[in-house]
Amino acid sequence: MTPLIEVEDLRISFPTAKGSFDAVRGVSFTLGREKLGIVGESGSGKSLTGRALMRLLTPAAQLSAKRLAFDGQDLLQATPRDLRRIRGRRISLVLQDPKYALNPVMTVGEQIGEAFRTHHRVSRAEARAKTLAMLEAVRIRNPVRVHDLYPHEVSGGMGQRIMIAMMLIPEPDLLIADEPTSALDVTVQMQVLAILDDLVTQRGMGLIFISHDLNLVASFCDRILVMYAGRIVEECRASELHAATHPYTRGLLASLPRIEESRAELAVLTRDPAWLTA
Amino acid sequence: MIDIRDLTVTFGRGTQAVAAVRGLSLHVGEGESFGLVGESGSGKSTVLRVLAGLNEKWQGSASLAGLSVARRDRRFPRLVQMVFQDPYGSLHPRHTVDHALSEPLAIHGIEDANERVSRALEQVGLGPAFRFRYPHQLSGGQRQRVAIARALMLEPKVLLLDEPTSALDVSVQAEILNLLRRLRDERGLTYLLVSHNLAVVAHMCDRLAVMNRGVVVEEMAVDTLRRQEPAEAYTRQLLLASRGYDREVARAMITYD
Amino acid sequence: MTDTDWRARLLSDTPASRRQARLGQAYRGWLQFQRNRLALLGLGIVLALVLLAALAPLVAPHDPYAQNLARRLLAPSATHWLGTDEFGRDVLSRLLYGARITLMIVVLVALIAAPIGLIVGTASGYLGGAVDAVLMRITDIFLAFPSLILALAFVAALGPGIENAIIAIALTSWPPYARIARAETLTIRNSDYIAVARIQGASTPRILFGHVMPLCTSSLIVRVTLDMAGIILTAAGLGFLGLGAQPPMAEWGAMVSSGRRYILDQWWVATIPGLAIFIVSLGFNLLGDGLRDVLDPRKS
Repeated sequence: MTPLIEVEDLRISFPTAKGSFDAVRGVSFTLGREKLGIVGESGSGKSLTGRALMRLLTPAAQLSAKRLAFDGQDLLQATPRDLRRIRGRRISLVLQDPKYALNPVMTVGEQIGEAFRTHHRVSRAEARAKTLAMLEAVRIRNPVRVHDLYPHEVSGGMGQRIMIAMMLIPEPDLLIADEPTSALDVTVQMQVLAILDDLVTQRGMGLIFISHDLNLVASFCDRILVMYAGRIVEECRASELHAATHPYTRGLLASLPRIEESRAELAVLTRDPAWLTA
Repeated sequence: MIDIRDLTVTFGRGTQAVAAVRGLSLHVGEGESFGLVGESGSGKSTVLRVLAGLNEKWQGSASLAGLSVARRDRRFPRLVQMVFQDPYGSLHPRHTVDHALSEPLAIHGIEDANERVSRALEQVGLGPAFRFRYPHQLSGGQRQRVAIARALMLEPKVLLLDEPTSALDVSVQAEILNLLRRLRDERGLTYLLVSHNLAVVAHMCDRLAVMNRGVVVEEMAVDTLRRQEPAEAYTRQLLLASRGYDREVARAMITYD
Repeated sequence: MTDTDWRARLLSDTPASRRQARLGQAYRGWLQFQRNRLALLGLGIVLALVLLAALAPLVAPHDPYAQNLARRLLAPSATHWLGTDEFGRDVLSRLLYGARITLMIVVLVALIAAPIGLIVGTASGYLGGAVDAVLMRITDIFLAFPSLILALAFVAALGPGIENAIIAIALTSWPPYARIARAETLTIRNSDYIAVARIQGASTPRILFGHVMPLCTSSLIVRVTLDMAGIILTAAGLGFLGLGAQPPMAEWGAMVSSGRRYILDQWWVATIPGLAIFIVSLGFNLLGDGLRDVLDPRKS
């Protein structure tokens, strides 16, 4: 089976006033039909890696890789037309804050319908039916009412469900989720993740879950990649996170406060400059 | 130290009125660290803002060290200060660190500002190299340290902390939490810490109250939380959700929205 | 200290005093500014204006007021580089002295209008309520009139003359600044650092002057610089209509006005001052654009 994603030696850099800044420095991994988590702090390059897979970087970014393929198809050489066919239809992207990701001047239903009709030639009525079915699938109680609401009229949790509906309606093979629940309350987060979990499993999709929350990723995903300063420093199965070997991962795990433990001081992560080059 | 009785805060008017806080009562003793936990919209930040004097329309009674919040006078800034969530928004972009730290002293006519400012920087772990930097030349953790130093310039007895580490990277969070604990131990401060993160509250506080939609659902000692023995269903749900994703637990939580 | 020492000191990450920090910021701003060629051109034009205006008495080859009817309407030549006007006065000298007037108008208008706009706008935005309503209605009244018409009305009421023209133009220029300042203040007002100032017990004037106004100055500086072209043109317009500078003052607009009779045969009398107005307006526009990129960058 061809892996969904193959990345080899991905490098992304940006020109700045002080020379070139290497944001991603030689990232390699493969993804099958599984849930992969990419964890890192701000500046680790995790979001850029996610967007690079859809070739959605700003024109200023300089991307290079030995291999970047989706389902066997080379993304580096793909024409803009090929990429448009892939984006949305075969790879989808869910972002952090629906406030900023949903178009404020279109109703929710229009946007979801548009997402569908971009990739399938169907009548408006059919698109509407599909939209309502999708809203039902993300457990929205009254799809007909919500269909005509504007994004500012829905809560954060519902907005995120709507985003998921919009991104999954074309039935992609891969979903990239960039901090999809970071802006949500903890209980709403659980609900949204459960919906995501169900849909991804039902449809046999691949999922890349990008987050800064190590524990969340460990509990939700099958495999984890830990990124630091543009490189992958750890790769392991989610169930084996406690046995992580890289000092950065261990340091992060040790510095998190835990409800069950009572410690006088939290272990502070000391950054070893060697991690930048190791 | 902090005494709140039957606090009610309503925003908006008439049919648009929303009660952010409804009949809340709290008591925090001197030197205690008290946590206020809740999700967004629970009203926890509103309580802090009332105590800080930023919200002036409320009913009920609130006092700090016996002084009524409704009748704030010049003593208040030297009694209570606040640290905000967003380190990128709580420092004035055009003021150097030195300016930010000396201003409260200038407002209250306190002498030897130079001495106090350098001491304050030292105590939060920033050296003199940072003194004349602008906020955009500081990292998130450094800005939050400056915010903490600034809050302590007037030597208050009470520190109101509004999600002090939520906007920081995970690796920086531990440093800031350790700093806050150390400062509290050294100065005998009283903390009122607001957070949505149960683990942070469990680490920092002695007692806590769980809020939901403007009311206190449950109040307990941190030990109760640690032993997973909260009484109320809402608190239990919060506790479960904090543990990370679990298929069965999450399935049970799915509701139609 | 050598050049590199200065640069290192200014660009240092750990300044040792407020002055060093401020100079460092200014230097960084300058480095960014001078990357923009057009902005440098604008700055060059403005500096040339200032220099020539300051040195006019030394540089002008002839007396701008000396009439010589035997040498009227002469084409540009070696003795009169830009020719003579209808009274035999040297156009170049009048142009240089006119630069002084132009500069004076522009600076005085900016110095009067900008502070008024800043104070009205920030007070209005921060205090809100009745104060906001009253101040904004007053602003609206001034904004409702086209600036040249209002300036005309003021000058007509106060009498012609350069001082009255300046007051009139200033009175029509401040409303947009008040609007800008108010808009900025509304955003700033809810910031955490303002909340901190209030919790520290800062008085309202301290917050307005120390916290709010410094954040409005960037957009104001940009707007004022961009407006200068318009101010020059309004002054020229007033001069053209005979309501600004009075003869024999060498104001560019008045020069265009009196020269228009001869535009077909002796084009230089009207065209040269017109060109000067154009170049200086362009200069201020380019400078303003460059300043905006440095002070108020909203693009990523």
